[in-house]
Order: sequence, then structure tokens, then C-alpha cells
Amino acid sequence: MQYYDDQDLPKFGAIAEDNKELADSFFKWYGQVFQDAELTKREKNLIALAVAHAKQCPYCIDAYTEASLESGCSKGEMMEAVHVAAAITGGATLVHAVQMRNKADGLSM
Amino acid sequence: MIKPTPSPLNVSQQLAVLSSAPIEAFTAHLANHDVPQLHTGNLEILQHNVGKLCNQTCSHCHVDAGPDKTEENMEWATFEACFQVAEQCQPRIVDLTGGAPELNPHFRDAVKKFKTLGVEEIIDRCNLSVLLLASQKDLAEFLAENGVHIVASLPAVNEQQTDAQRGSGVFDKSIKALQRLNELGYGRAGSGLQLTLMSNPSGAFLPPPQSTAEQRFKRLLRDRYNIEFTRLIELTNMPIARFLDYLIDSNNYERYMQKLSSAFNPGAVDGLMCKNTLSIGWDGKMYDCDFNQMLELPVQASCKTIFEFSNELMDNREIALANHCLGCTAGQGSSCGGATA
Repeated sequence: MQYYDDQDLPKFGAIAEDNKELADSFFKWYGQVFQDAELTKREKNLIALAVAHAKQCPYCIDAYTEASLESGCSKGEMMEAVHVAAAITGGATLVHAVQMRNKADGLSM
Repeated sequence: MIKPTPSPLNVSQQLAVLSSAPIEAFTAHLANHDVPQLHTGNLEILQHNVGKLCNQTCSHCHVDAGPDKTEENMEWATFEACFQVAEQCQPRIVDLTGGAPELNPHFRDAVKKFKTLGVEEIIDRCNLSVLLLASQKDLAEFLAENGVHIVASLPAVNEQQTDAQRGSGVFDKSIKALQRLNELGYGRAGSGLQLTLMSNPSGAFLPPPQSTAEQRFKRLLRDRYNIEFTRLIELTNMPIARFLDYLIDSNNYERYMQKLSSAFNPGAVDGLMCKNTLSIGWDGKMYDCDFNQMLELPVQASCKTIFEFSNELMDNREIALANHCLGCTAGQGSSCGGATA
């Protein structure tokens, strides 16, 4: 048994075999999300790449690295997007220190 | 990073690899979409691959060109046969490619001769760095004086991707050359001097949408380097020659062929360049396109060289096909003029 096999990503659509209605709804919505609209497809691919790192999903990292390259992104731009994800996840951890400090102050003399 | 390597696969090995790809064949794709066998229409473009000599050794080069290719270059007698055909057929465009076509010793005389034949447009497929060679210091002026349309290679507006594909230092040279061309009026509105940029992906993936990529190139080149150009064309890398070696060496071959196959777009077929182009090799042999030329798939006609050209060639000729053709029909399509769909 191998976890995160890159040959599994093309099998994503097979989730419909166990619940077609929900899977069809998901994939239809998913496709609509990535269309050019107020944000370009290129911008959406970079957002997806950043989120993929924040969620640490290897399938999504593979998929949106390739999608970003095919949107004309450089590795420098993709790295900047990952740094945004790292800054937000790091910041989200650190900002909880305010809660920690509030609690500590409440318990301390 | 893609590293330049000499092409270890000969032509028959390349064709064998292409035919054994685990995908539906190109001809089956056509049949599945009720697209009839491809035939030529009116001849609009007479494309001359004037030789394999080049000052660069790009990692994706389908010609396998380089500084050591000093033998495979078009001779004047062959050019003269091409002039006769141009005069007879009156193509709208004469397209000069290579290698670096400017390094053929007859290049400038050929441009001047084609001009006298009333050809509407002469294209020079230029690698940009050739304009900076000491031996070519007046080349840019020559091209401008003769109104030659420059189609210049620039895969990306960054050093990393450009140099990975085209060699160390090429991005900086390309920027200098583009600025020089702008000084001469190339790419500037109202000058009449067309400067088209041509971008190939720097790896095993498809090119971005041409129109959005053009907007981005225009903004970045203007903001960062004060460079203007006329338009951008995006080309898909063809799975032949050096790029095929790269695909195999990097374990991307099957994946890339599957990508081309799954992205087959019947809407890209009508605009394929093979339908209005005759490709002539440095030795005068004739092909449906520059890629067929490199795979030595000749025109399917009784006359095979420019020396024996006859109008039979232009009469609904059946085009020679193989699985590399999937590179021209994937996604937005790809041709020497850019996207076809």
C-alpha cells in the first residue's frame, strides 16, 4: 500500500462511482471556479498552488504546479505564492499567541 | 533544468518511439472527430530551412542545430531553384529559418532577391543573440532596411526559464538585441517593422493561452526593459529531436504524449501550417513542414526536391502524418504562426 501515489490523481473522477450526484455537483462547481472571471485563470492557479501548500496536499501541488507553468508562471512567481501561504499559516499560528497571552494574563498575578 | 545534449536517437528510432507511444494515434484522433485525411490547400508560405548552423544550442531544438553544424547549409544553387519556385507560385510569405538563418553566407543576397520577386512578406526566424555577434554587427540594420519581419525567440520574461532552454546568458543578450531592434523602429507603432516574439514552454508542459501571455509579455517587457513588440505567438514543443531526448531522459515522455493526446482539439486542425506551407530543406528536399523535414518524412509526390518542383505538388497533396502531429493540435493549436484555434 502506497500513500500519495501520483498515478492516483487521474483516478479522482472515480469518486463518482460511490455517489454520482454529489461528485457531479462538485466537479461542475470546481470547473466553474477556475474559469476566467474577475480573477484570471492564471491568478486562480497561483492561489490554488498556495492553498495546496497550506493544506500540504501533494496531488494539488503536482496539479497546480503544472497548471501554473501552463499559465505562463515562472518558478519565482510560484515560490512567491508559496511564501504567501507560509506567511499566512505562520501568521495564523503566531496570532494565536494573543489568545495565549490573554489567557496567561488572566491567570497570572 | 533542461540540459542540452547531442541527439542520440536517429530518425528511424524517433519515429519508432513516436509510433509506440501509449496513446491513440494522431490519425485515429482525426477519424474519431470525422476529420478527413489532411491535404494541402493554396500555397501561401514558402519556408526555407537554410541550414543547421547556429550560435546557440537550445535544449528543445527540433533541428538539432548548433555551432558545429557547418556542413548542412543551403548552397546558392539551391537558393536559385527556390527563387524560381517563388517567382512561379507567388507565395504571400517567404519564411527563412534554421539554425540561425542569418549565418548562412547567402542569407542577405537571398533576402534581396526574394524582395525583387514581389513577395509580400519575408520572415527571418531570429534567435536574437545572433544580432550581437561581431560578424553580424550590421545585421539589424540590414533587416530593417529591407523591411524583414523578425520572428524572435523568447520563451519567458525571466532569466531562469530563458537560459534553461536557450543557454546561459541568452536572456540578457535577448534583451539587448530587442532594445537594439526597438531603436531601429522594430515593434514601434507606425514603423511598419514587425517584431513578433515566439515563446515555447521551457519544459514538458503546454504553452499558456496566447492572448493573455501576450498581454503579460507586453507589460513586463515595457515596465522592466522599455521594450515594445508587435505580437506574441505561443508554440508547443514537438516531441522530436532534442526535446524528445529530454522527455525520455527526464521520464516525461509518456506523460507528455498523453497530455498532447488528451488535449487534441479538432478545432485546431483547419489552421495547421502544413495545409498552406511548403518546407524546403538545406539540400533542396521538400516537406509538408519543418518538423516532417527533421523526421525525413518527405512530401508525398513524385517530385521530391525543389529542383524538380511541379504544380502537381500544390494539387490537393496528401500530408504525411505521424504522432508528433499531436503537438500541433493540442489545446489552442500550434504552428509557425502561433495558435491555430
